[in-house]
Amino acid sequence: MTDALSAEGLTKKYGGRTALSDCTLSVPAGRVVGLVGPNGAGKSTLLQLACGLLDPTAGRIEVLGTTPMSGTRQVGFVAQDTPVYAALTVAEHLRIGARLNPSWDAALAERRIAQVGLDPSQKAGKLSGGQRAQLALTVAAAKRPDLLLLDEPVAALDPLARRGFLQGLMELTAEQGISVIMSSHLVADLERVCDYLIVLVASRVRVAGDVDELLATHHRLVGPRRDPAELGAGRAMVEQSHTDVQSTLVVRSTAPIDDPSWRVDRLNLEDIVLAYMSGAATAAPQRVLEGRR
Amino acid sequence: MQLIQQVRHALRLGVLNEGDKLPTVKEVVARVAINPNTVSKAYRELEYEGLVMARPGHGTFVTRTLGGDSLAKHEPLRQKMELWLVEAREAGLDDESIEALILTTFRSFSEARA
Repeated sequence: MTDALSAEGLTKKYGGRTALSDCTLSVPAGRVVGLVGPNGAGKSTLLQLACGLLDPTAGRIEVLGTTPMSGTRQVGFVAQDTPVYAALTVAEHLRIGARLNPSWDAALAERRIAQVGLDPSQKAGKLSGGQRAQLALTVAAAKRPDLLLLDEPVAALDPLARRGFLQGLMELTAEQGISVIMSSHLVADLERVCDYLIVLVASRVRVAGDVDELLATHHRLVGPRRDPAELGAGRAMVEQSHTDVQSTLVVRSTAPIDDPSWRVDRLNLEDIVLAYMSGAATAAPQRVLEGRR
Repeated sequence: MQLIQQVRHALRLGVLNEGDKLPTVKEVVARVAINPNTVSKAYRELEYEGLVMARPGHGTFVTRTLGGDSLAKHEPLRQKMELWLVEAREAGLDDESIEALILTTFRSFSEARA
């Protein structure tokens, strides 16, 4: 099956600043993909490259097997803060959607609007954050895309509105079998709704993979202080911290950890994401601190 | 997985019976906002365990319960337990203490019999 998104050496620079650097990915279709990372890590840049709003500086990106082009039917995009036209009513949004998109599914749009309780005559500028997000999702979904790209769609929503939005999104994925890539800081949400995760830190992909596999292969090891270099083959260090007597490591390992001097704990998705984020952030500064002591 | 556990629980307590239809994947995800692939996987796992059967185009149906013959005995046991709970409350135990007492008693009981 064609990948939802594949990238090779994908790089994007804005003037002298590198937003995305040498990014290589292969995201299978039919998945709900979570894109996480600190602010400025390149999440929005990756999503905008994927929907053809930006062109890469170097490298290659393909979406559903072709070079992304802005405005295609196959890809739906909901930009950050779920923008809508404030002066237009809900019904007018749907009418414009129908006029601009030959593939428009009017029945789906109307059903969703009714389901989430939006008044068609309401001006979009008067909607709550949650309602606006639902409207933006409806417009993006009604053109029946194969891939939906969402840039922090729930960031500004209260927990109840967030749940409502994710319910709608999951219903759409179950019903239409579309692929979804959404960025978010809310890892607890992503743990529920995603089955594939990409962690971007400082413009680079730190890890990407199946959520079940990530959960099965990451471990926290606690034991007497030792040199992490003797970790063994097939194991990659994600994050490490040491006191005088004890070492705490987060490692990725396909083989079971059988050294009895380690206490081995399982990690949840949030632990794993945090380990990658802080592992990248503290790798260098930590050494500086140690030197000062 | 939590979903599998919930279904097994319902099968054990007689909340779900043979022939009952499980909600569709779409219904589940629309209600609890979780990944549809997770739900499908849980249903496949339950099918593999022989507890449910998928009938394409119709839905997923319960084929076997887990309570067995003991289901009829649940009610008198529940009543005895309720009496015990009343006693515990009268003795001044709070919810957390009651839960802890039940758990530790059950654990040492199981360990002694293992």
